[in-house]
Amino acid sequence: MRIEKCYFCSGHVYPGHGIQFVRNDSKIFRFCRSKCHSAFKKKKNPRKVRWTKAFRKAAGKELAVDPSFEFEKRRNVPVKYDRDLWQKTVSAIKKVEEIKQKRSAQFIMQRMKKAKTIEKEKDVKEVQRNMSLIRSPAAGLKMAQQESVVEEIHESDDEMQIAEEV
Amino acid sequence: MSQYNFKKIAVVPTSTEFIDVTLSKTQRKTPTVIHKHYKITRIRQFYMRKVRFTQSNFHERLSQIIQEFPKLEDVHPFYADLMNVLYDKDHYKLALGQINTCRHLIDNVAKDYVRLLKYGDSMYRCKQLKRAAMGRMATLIKRQAPALQYLEQVRQHLGRLPSIDPNTRTILVCGFPNVGKSSFVNKITRADVEVQPYAFTTKALYVGHTDYKYLRWQVVDTPGILDHPLEERNTIEMQAITALAHLRAAVLYVADPSEQCGYNLQQQISLFNNIRPLFANKPLMFVLNKTDIIRMEDLPEEKKSVLNEIVQDPDILMLEMSTFTEDGVMNVKQEACDRLLTFRIESKMRTKKVNDFLNRVHVAMPQPRDDKQRLPFIPEQVVLKKQAMLTDGALPKKKLLREIELELGDDYILDLKRNYDLPEEIKYDIIPEIWEGHNIADYIDPDILKRLEELEKEEETRMQAGYYDDTDEEEDEETKNIHGLALKIREKKKIMKIERDLKKNSRKPTLPRNTVAKTRERSVAGLKRKMSELGVDIDDKNPNTNFARSVSRARSQPPEKRIRKESTARSRSRSMSKPPRDEMGIKDLSMKLKLQKHKAKSQKKGIAKLARKGEGDRHIFDLKPKHLFTGKRGTGKTDRR
Repeated sequence: MRIEKCYFCSGHVYPGHGIQFVRNDSKIFRFCRSKCHSAFKKKKNPRKVRWTKAFRKAAGKELAVDPSFEFEKRRNVPVKYDRDLWQKTVSAIKKVEEIKQKRSAQFIMQRMKKAKTIEKEKDVKEVQRNMSLIRSPAAGLKMAQQESVVEEIHESDDEMQIAEEV
Repeated sequence: MSQYNFKKIAVVPTSTEFIDVTLSKTQRKTPTVIHKHYKITRIRQFYMRKVRFTQSNFHERLSQIIQEFPKLEDVHPFYADLMNVLYDKDHYKLALGQINTCRHLIDNVAKDYVRLLKYGDSMYRCKQLKRAAMGRMATLIKRQAPALQYLEQVRQHLGRLPSIDPNTRTILVCGFPNVGKSSFVNKITRADVEVQPYAFTTKALYVGHTDYKYLRWQVVDTPGILDHPLEERNTIEMQAITALAHLRAAVLYVADPSEQCGYNLQQQISLFNNIRPLFANKPLMFVLNKTDIIRMEDLPEEKKSVLNEIVQDPDILMLEMSTFTEDGVMNVKQEACDRLLTFRIESKMRTKKVNDFLNRVHVAMPQPRDDKQRLPFIPEQVVLKKQAMLTDGALPKKKLLREIELELGDDYILDLKRNYDLPEEIKYDIIPEIWEGHNIADYIDPDILKRLEELEKEEETRMQAGYYDDTDEEEDEETKNIHGLALKIREKKKIMKIERDLKKNSRKPTLPRNTVAKTRERSVAGLKRKMSELGVDIDDKNPNTNFARSVSRARSQPPEKRIRKESTARSRSRSMSKPPRDEMGIKDLSMKLKLQKHKAKSQKKGIAKLARKGEGDRHIFDLKPKHLFTGKRGTGKTDRR
């Protein structure tokens, strides 16, 4: 028994789930759910449908090439059962998975960093151009005027004093 | 064998069928649209094509018939004779000859009419010529109706003739009616010939096949023959005679000494002697059937003496059998086959070709190169095993699972891993297959640890190089502020867009103005108030202020054109309209009445025929007549009912 990969979205297909299509040339297509199956029937290309793993890898959204991916693949070489080898393998799987996860997370973080700087620039531009939409350019004018009036008063007081002194 | 199979002759159509098929083919496979204004050459071409096409179709079909039917000169004389007996040679030849002349006549007719069509000067003439040509061809075919009918019957009969190959090994069974010829054939072959206790049950030749010495033997059953001169023989007997005359076969003359067939032994022997010339140069056997009733030894003396003549003949083998008890049947068959085989080989040896054949037969006998013995190699184990089998009888056998199961009874547990090629301690391990959505089998690789080590090393160097270091700097207060403002601006923009869209793109019909009072969102007063609150000095006394100007324009102006005061007698709504078209340019009432009269008259002329009341009278009495819309529809169109 094995967990198959969905032809369309590359998701897991557990035993007893999904549907399988065998083409005339005996190629097998497995689908995890009716969504993927119907997309296939509509002749959609999984590399061009945004929600599939194939798209994400092809478009550079996710880490696609890495030595850590080389561990898990169908080798089609018969290996005789050996308890020791199996034990080692199971322990190795855990380590490999850890590294794999770390690397793909790092890849995504690096990608996001670039986006963040672009976003910042956009914010600055937006504020510079369209500030008037949320705050009138005349806002704060009155305060400034009041302050200047107070100053004038103060000045006139001084003059008054001078005059008095004179 | 395939040479004499007449099943492949195509069906011969009747004359009417023939004509129908050919003419409809012409209609379907040649162009059908022609107009008289076309160029005359084109019109002529059109009709010539039709005539030629029809002719070629007739010609083809007739030549097919002539070709497919076997020619009496070409087939084996056996078949030629048989066909003469069955269908009458003269009649057959006459029919085919008639078909042949008919073919020529059709060709001539077509040639003549094509020649005439070359001078056709109008479409009508051309068409008439074409019609005449086709009509004459059809008439010619119609005259062939009896010939075609006869040929069809011949074809049906020929197809059912047994496919006798005149050249292979053949055993021919003949004799008086009801002596047991068919039952003999039934016994030795798989042919299912009808057997009944009356004379002339078999009315035609029948063929069965039997195997002997790895060879195929053809067994031909013939109808019974009566003892009278050749001229008096009927068609059924003649078939047997032709077979006897032309087939190079072993002949079994079946006789019935018990005389249950209704003919006494004397008669049977006289017939044998009569048709003796037909048996010349053929292995011949005289078979006495029905030994279950009477054997040869038990026959009375006078009958025995009658038979004696035949027994003493060295060319004739006398045999006995009983198709009822199957006693001696196989003996007769083998004897016949053997004799025929030796006869055929002898006759072959006498021909000139035998040398060519004998040259090819060669048995190689290689010379030994030395005296060394080269014995077959037998492995030691096999020898030992053989010896053990000889001495002990049987070796101790390996126990079968089934035996173990029977021994243990209910305690037996089926062990599928029993024969696994693994050490005992790990044989019964439960092998893990899946771990957290991964197939463990995909990871199985003998040098996985080595590769993992490499990967970990690489990872470590990455860590040291600071690949995973968190370089994400803290955002300062200002950028956060700016982001907040930008978010607010974007929200405002969105709201504005929605409002704009609502106003602009509403495709629904708007309500009339008087139902909903339109509220003005912006006003000069509001602007003034808002701005002065904010501290902006607003001076509407300035003539350049645009908002101040708009106040003066708000009041509407009186319309430039006014209603005419003179025409107060008519209602206001009608003041602008034109007079009706039938009153335009009419002076007074008398003129109007006159014109109306004129109009009615002129309309009556064109339209009011057939008792119609006018041009409005187009009444269709029944839009859906019941007989066209109810009930079951058969074949054909719905509107033809």
